[in-house]
Parts: sequence; structure tokens; C-alpha cells
Amino acid sequence: MKQIPAPLWTLTIGVAVTLLSLWYGQNHGLMPEQASEQAVLIDELFDSMVVMGTALFLVMEGAILYCMIQFRQRKGDETDGPAIEGNLPLEAFWTAIPTILVIGLGLYSFQVFQEIGGITPGHVAHDHGTMIAQADDTPLPGGLSESGKGPLIAENSVFGLGAPLENEDTAADLQVNVTGMQYAWIFTYPEGNIIDGELHVPIGADVQLNISAKDVIHSFWVPQFRLKQDAIPGKKTALRFIANKEGNYPVVCAELCGGYHGSMRTQVIVHSPEDYQAWHDKRVAQTPAVETIAKAPADLSAEEYLSPYSQEMGVNRDLIANLSLK
Amino acid sequence: MQGTIESNSDLPTPLVETHGDAIDHGEHPDLRVLGLITFLCSEGLMFVGFFTVFLVYRAAAAAWPPEETEVELLLPAINTVILVSSSFVIHLGDTAIKKGDVAGLRKWYIITALMGATFLAGQVYEYMTLGYGLTTNLFSNCFYLTTGFHGLHVFIGLILILGVLWRSRREGHYGTEHHVGVEMAEIYWHFVDVIWIVLFTLIYILSVL
Amino acid sequence: MTQAELPTSAEVMAIPTTPPPHHPEKWKWYDYFTFNIDHKVIGIQYLVTSFIFYLIGGLMALAMRAELATPASDFLSPDLYNAFLTNHGTIMIFLWIVPASIGGFGNFLVPLMIGARDMAFPKLNALAFWVTVPAGMLIMGSFFFGGAQSGWTSYPPLSVVTANTAQSMWILAIVLAGTSSILGSLNFIVTIWKMRVPSMAWDQMPLFCWAMMATSILALVSTPVLAAGLTLLLFDINFGTSFFDPAKGGDVVMYQHLFWFYSHPAVYLMILPIFGIMSEVIPVHSRKPIFGYKAIAYSSLAICLVGLFVWVHHMFTSGTPPWMRIFFTISTLIVAVPTGVKIFSWVATMWGGKIRYNSAMLFAVGLLAMFVFGGLSGVTLGTAAFDLHVHDTYYVVGHFHYVLFGGSVFGLYAGLYHWYPKMTGRMLNEPLGKVHFILTFIGTNLTFLPMHQLGLQGMPRRVAMYDPQFQALNQLCTFGSIVLGISLLPFLANAIWSWSRGPQAADNPWDAKTLEWTTASPPIIENWEVLPVLTEGPYAYGEEPAEASANT
Repeated sequence: MKQIPAPLWTLTIGVAVTLLSLWYGQNHGLMPEQASEQAVLIDELFDSMVVMGTALFLVMEGAILYCMIQFRQRKGDETDGPAIEGNLPLEAFWTAIPTILVIGLGLYSFQVFQEIGGITPGHVAHDHGTMIAQADDTPLPGGLSESGKGPLIAENSVFGLGAPLENEDTAADLQVNVTGMQYAWIFTYPEGNIIDGELHVPIGADVQLNISAKDVIHSFWVPQFRLKQDAIPGKKTALRFIANKEGNYPVVCAELCGGYHGSMRTQVIVHSPEDYQAWHDKRVAQTPAVETIAKAPADLSAEEYLSPYSQEMGVNRDLIANLSLK
Repeated sequence: MQGTIESNSDLPTPLVETHGDAIDHGEHPDLRVLGLITFLCSEGLMFVGFFTVFLVYRAAAAAWPPEETEVELLLPAINTVILVSSSFVIHLGDTAIKKGDVAGLRKWYIITALMGATFLAGQVYEYMTLGYGLTTNLFSNCFYLTTGFHGLHVFIGLILILGVLWRSRREGHYGTEHHVGVEMAEIYWHFVDVIWIVLFTLIYILSVL
Repeated sequence: MTQAELPTSAEVMAIPTTPPPHHPEKWKWYDYFTFNIDHKVIGIQYLVTSFIFYLIGGLMALAMRAELATPASDFLSPDLYNAFLTNHGTIMIFLWIVPASIGGFGNFLVPLMIGARDMAFPKLNALAFWVTVPAGMLIMGSFFFGGAQSGWTSYPPLSVVTANTAQSMWILAIVLAGTSSILGSLNFIVTIWKMRVPSMAWDQMPLFCWAMMATSILALVSTPVLAAGLTLLLFDINFGTSFFDPAKGGDVVMYQHLFWFYSHPAVYLMILPIFGIMSEVIPVHSRKPIFGYKAIAYSSLAICLVGLFVWVHHMFTSGTPPWMRIFFTISTLIVAVPTGVKIFSWVATMWGGKIRYNSAMLFAVGLLAMFVFGGLSGVTLGTAAFDLHVHDTYYVVGHFHYVLFGGSVFGLYAGLYHWYPKMTGRMLNEPLGKVHFILTFIGTNLTFLPMHQLGLQGMPRRVAMYDPQFQALNQLCTFGSIVLGISLLPFLANAIWSWSRGPQAADNPWDAKTLEWTTASPPIIENWEVLPVLTEGPYAYGEEPAEASANT
């Protein structure tokens, strides 16, 4: 082995680390399935970070292991190591390389953030005369702006995700109002007056969720969409996504909201356009249960409140069972 | 092996008890003033926190202060004049003790204490006549919390000044060389004063503009 | 060979070697339970007290892991689970890592390292310790009222509507702990600034002191803001104000800003002193000078500075405008640079050394190995776009346990093994220390590595009940936590037994160069009979190889 020169070793290790990192970045299998167009972009970002991370991890851990083995104290050797106190070019190198890497990563993540609509959350084409979308004007069900004596705060901004910058004036195909409360999500379709405990969306449609919270902070998360946005009392937040795969995916509350936070789960159902229309028509035909839903949940225990709706709202049966355990 | 001993370090180690007082320790100069200033920098940032909250809510509000909770200006302005001038008065006391004039120190510190007490009384009077309380609205929340927190600091400053006065009864407790306590009370009082100037500008003047 | 030489010539003989008679020669056991103003007593008070809280917080964690062994909520009541998760976090941060690293090691070591007889304000120092005691009692007492249940972040409105008494006690406890932190910090700043032995220039100061300086500045700047935020919360809960009540115009996101303006820097409060410990332990046991002294010292300050401007990365999914999410993505990523510089420097310090694998060094290397991973996952979390997916999930839990357990706790262990002989005058048992290390290392990775996958797959944090698909990985985590629990036994046995029975420690058992090793083990009450004078730098290894071996 001794005849192999050090640069050759470095080269071999470098190539091996690069190949291994590239391979792992594509095959880590850590993410759940992708079900939205946004997920594709976010996964690409994650994959590239995995590649970078794996390479750095291997190099660093390799260096540590090499040190541990190569530079261990030999038996009977009580001498010190060489008195090297620094190496300016080397230090400059390992300051500059990470700086370049993180700036590159920052730019890339900025680009992804822009493409998933992070720059223009809940944007409305106010300046263009024609009001297409109505995110700001749609009254949020249970929004606190109505309940107070009149809002003291003049602020009216929407936080979260909107359309990507290039089509920021495009209206969403479907708007759904999402209300978080202890411990359920309520989905209201302004068009057709549908209220449901599950989110139904057609595949390929540009869906905008107008998110609000009734009591405490919740957080709307669909792992398969890779999107999350807090539902904040007194603030308007929004998410915008295009589902690209039919199926049922969990909707999870990701912000601690009380004792049964862990059971605040429901699902989003991505339909084919025809199925969605069928569902929509069927629900419009039914009498919406608006009045009952509007009843203040605070007077009832979560269990009492939720159990009558477990069927039609699709609230998880385990959840009810969990509640009963109290 | 080139170590040498400091010329004066062969003194017997000082008592732990005197060490604790850290007064004129002999080993290191009195650092209490420096410590106090460091502490006040930190303490000031707590006020910065309150001021920031006030300003952010002000920026977000449609009307600030809301109609039923306007601030008064005359009494607080008089109070401001009293507090700001007390900062000059207390400095006279400090100047006096640097010349060894304990009577002068006592005179000026008594006047400062009276001015501080007047300020607090004025503050209480203002609270009682404003016609709204802590919980009326967001503005009154901020108003009472910030002025109250400042008032608490004035109160502590007052106690420090009274403490200096109490100690100054003992002959020779303060002198040309020994007056760190006097100085610290003064610095604290200036701090309270500076905070008030910012507070007055933000909460009173900005609210009237 | 040592950083400073105690003169051995006849000069010394002229100096009285015994302290004045009315001065206790050494502290009795009961002195450790009093308002003692000796920085070493206070340091040990901090370490022992915080270690007890570490055990309490650890038991809470074990109870939570037991709950999470099954998807249903069947072991703890949901409210108790939330009380445990809140107070586990609170205790580990405010009553273990911060007081142990800053209060414990900081107090014990800083005066010894800079050649001072005590801290600048010894009474204030004792006061700072003793206010943490009521803080701890408030936290424990809050369990009689159900315990605070809104997470260590205590976001309103949840914190305003849940367990009001317990939440108020929690707030008071944090404000007390914060007060302690401010008093301690100003003491460190003044001490390090003004009380270094005259011959010590800034760039001859051990890196631990640099780290403490940066930590103290950070604590002084950020803690008051947390105090302000918590005061507002306390008023909202108890006095009917509406700072965070959206129905009356308050803003819940305001609280998050106030909270994270402190609590992100709090992360650095927990890791900077640990970095300081690393910079001491690694060169000693690698037998090489620290690589890039200045880079390490200044990177502490850089972390301190940049760390003040990254707090919004905890709020990427909250009510934050786009410019904030972008700005704080960039600033967060930049923190990786000074942190990386430190890690590279430590590896370079080991490179070419003659590494002695005692327990202290093993924990230091273990820290390096795990901090690399925790740092990398931290970088991924810093990008707003990806954080949308993993925010508030087990990925975050995994990440911060890698940096706080794999980082801070490993660093504390390294420090304990390294300075235990100095603190107690006894050596720890090495084989037990190695068993402790191996169990801890395995337990840590078993417990916290699967959490990353759980989070990516869709498990949110702070839940007592979860989707059954996550059960297998959760059971692995629970198993790991049991290993971690067991790993404490050899350490406890070792530390308690060795305190009275361990072999006597020499003054400088590791053959180290910093000043604390020039005095007796344990140090005498005023640290030195004659203040040491610096003759070389704190890490001057390898320059006199012949002499270096003389002691061993």
C-alpha cells in the first residue's frame, strides 16, 4: 500500500464519496410519496441537500475516524505531537468553502421558495382593476375579526404561500376555507356552501386554502404535499398547491394545541376531476349542517362534540377512541 | 521556567469575608460601577422589548391611542421636568462628596429623593385621574405596563438614594475616596431618567402627535 | 511545560504557605449547602443541583418515550404528557444545560483559568446560584397544579387558556432563571475583562474564557427580551391584559418574536460554553496545540453576533412575511460557517496528535461525530422552503437532540471527566467511564437518529398519539431511551464512589497547560498562595517534548 501516492488516495476517496453521496441523494427513501407539484420542487431541494450533507458527513466522520486510529497514542509514547498552531491558507480555505456552499444553498432555496409561491402569499390583483381572486374579501368562517368589537389592528396581510411570482395574478381554481379548532379541521367550500371534515380536491387544480383558527394556534400540514402553514387566531394565512396524484393523504396538526393535539388528524382526498364533481354535486344537494357546526365547541367536551359528526366528517375513529380514554 | 512572582503578591491571602465585599480589595480595583453599567445595559434592553411591542402595535393599529384612552400631557410634562432636573441635582451631590462635603451630599440627595417622590406621586395621581385602567384596551395595557415598570425602577432608585442617605449618617462612611455607593445610586438614577425621556417621547408625545 | 510555572526556588519558601488561622483551610461538606461566596463552591453547587434536575428531566423523557411505545394514548393522561414535554424541555434547558455549563463550569473554571482569586462579585455570584433554587422549586411545584402544558415555547393563546396557575409558576421560574443568568453573565464579563492575571494578554486567554465571554454577552442582550415577553404573558394570564389576545387586537405572533429573540440565542448559550470545553479538552488529550486559536476565539464572537439575527427561522410557518422568511434563511445558513470553522479546527487539532483515549477525550470525539450530523441537519432546517415540510416534526426533535444531547450533554460529560480530578481531588474510574461512553453513544444514536425519518415521513412533534405506521421506529427510539437511562448508572456509581474513594489526583493529572492545573487538586480556597505568572500560551504542547513526559 505504501507505494500508492497520497494524491491518488485523495482522488479515489473524493470520487468514491462523490458517487456515494450522489447515489444516496437519489435513493435515501426518507420522504413519503409526492402528491403535489410543490412537493417535487421541495424534494429536489432536499435531495441536493442530502447529497451535500452526505459528502460532508462522510468526509468529516472519515477524518475523525482516521485521526482516532492513525493518531492514537502508541504504547509507551508519552511525547507530545508537533507544535502546529495553525495554517492560514487552510483556515481560509475551510472558511471560504462553506461560505460559498451556504450562499449557493441559500440562493437555490430562495428560488424554490419563490416557485412554490412564498413571495406572494395570498396575493390579490388589487392594482389591476379586475378583481379575480377574493382571498382578502372572503370572510373567514369563525375568523376573529367579526367576533371582536371591531378590529383594532388595521393590518390585513396574508401569510403563507400564494401563486408563484410569474402568475401571481392568476386566481386559484378552487378556494377552500380551512378552520382549525381544538381538535378538528373544518373545511368550508364557499362555492356551494359545503362544510366537511375532510378536504376534497380535484387533481391538477390550483387550490388555495384560506386558513384560520378559532381558539389556539394550529398548523395545517400534509406531509405528502410537503406544505405546512400555521392557523393563527387573528391572522389570515394561506396555502396554495396543485395536487398531482390521486389518493388519500393525512392532514396533520403540527402545532401543539392542547391535550389531544396528537389526535387532530383528518385526511385530504385527491379526486379525479370527475369524481370531484360527483362529490361536489352530491354534497351541494345535501342540506349543509352549517348551524350545528357553528355551535360553540367550548361548551362540549371534544368527545361529545365530535362523535355525532364522526361519520359524515370522516373524523378518524381512533381519534374518538383516544378521546374516550380520558 | 521564566516565571516570576509579582512584587506584591506575597502578601497573605485576604480574608474570604472581606473578599466578598469586594470593596477596595487591594487585588483588583472596585469593579462595581462597571458591573452596574453592564447590568443596566441588559436592563435597558427589557425596556427596549416593551417599547418595541408598543411601537409595533402602534404601527398596526387603526387609531392609536383609541378614542376612549387619550393621554394627558400637562402633568406628565411637569413630571418630566422634575425627573430630568433631579438628574442634575443628584450630580451636585456626587460632586459634593468628591470634595469630601458630606453635608452637601446629604442636602442634594434629600432634594433628589423629594423630587423622585414627587414624580411617583404625580404618576399615581395621573393613574387615578385618567379614567381608564390597565385592561381597557391594548393601548392602556402598554401604557400602564411600561409606565408602571418604569415607576418600579424609580421606586428602586429612590430606595437606593435613601440607602445612601441612611449610610451617610455614619461619620466617614463616604468620603473623597470612598463613594462608590453614592456613584452607583447616581448612575442608576440617570438610567431611570434616560429611560423616562424615551418613554415620554414614545408614549406621550407620539400619542398626541 | 505548564502554562505558568510556580517558582520552586527559595523565594517561595519565604512566603507563608498556610492561610491565616481564621481562614478555613478547606470547605466542609455542609459549606456546600450555604450561601457560600467561593466561586468553586458555587460552581459545584450549580453542577450538582443541575445534575439532579437532569435526572428529573430524564425521568420525564423516559415516561414520554414509554407513552410513545404505542400509538394510542395509554400510559400518561394527555395533559400529563403535555406537562412532561413542557417541563422536560424547560428543565433540560434552564435547569441543566445552562446552569451546568455556564454556572457550573464557568464559575469553577474562569477565575482559575485567568489567574484570579474569585469572580468580580462573589456575593452576586452566590445570589445568582440561589435564585435558581426557587426557580427549580416553582417548576416542580407547578405539578401540583397540573404543570405547564403549552410546551417550553408557551405560545399564546394556548398558554393563556391552559393550566393558569402552573403556567404562571412556570413564567416566574423562567424569569428567576433568567435573572440568575443575567447576574452570572455580567459577573463573567467584568471578571474576564478586568481580573485576568496581569501577565495574561487577551490572546493568551484559554478559549473556554473566550467562549464564556461570548456566551455572557449573548445572555445579557437576549435574556431581558424574553423577560419582557414573559411579563406580558403573565399579565395576559393573570391581570386581564390583551397583549396576545387577537379578539382585542393583540398579536400572538408578537410573542413568538419576543420568545425566539431570546430562545434562539439560548441555543448558543447552551453550546458556546460547550465549544469552550471542547477547545480545552481536545488539545490536552491530543497533546497538540489548538489549531487556529484566533479563528476559534473569533468564531465564538461571530456566532454570538450572527446568532442574534436568526430567530425567525423558528417561525417559517407562522405569520411571517416573505422577506423575513428569506432574510432569516440566509442569516441562519451563515451561522454554519463559524460553527464549521470550530469543528474543522478541532479535527485539525487531533490530526497528527497522540490522542489519549480516556473518557474525557472519548466524549469530546463523540461530540464531534454527532455535532457534525446535528449541524448538517440544522442547515437543512434553515432553508425556509424545506422547513415548510419538517417544521414542528420529529425531524426537528431529532436535530436538536443531536446538538443538545449529542452536543451539549456530551460536552458536559467530557468536561466532568476532564475536571473532576481538579474539582474533587480524586480520579474517576476509567473502565466505568468507558462503559458510560459506549452506552451513551449507542443510546443517543438509537434514540434520536430514527426521529429524523419519523419527521420526514409525517410524524409531528409534541404528540402523545400518532399514526400506527410510525410504531416500529418509535419503539426503536423508546428502546434507545432505555439504553440512555441505563447509561447513567455507571456514571452515577463512578462519580459518587470516586468522590470519596477514588485514587488521589495529582495537581496536573493530564499534564495540561492552562492555569487551573497549577494549583492543588482540589484548589485551595483562594486558588493560589502566590498568583501564577504566565510564561507561555495556554496550549503550548509539543515544544518541550522531553519535559512534557517528566510528570507521567
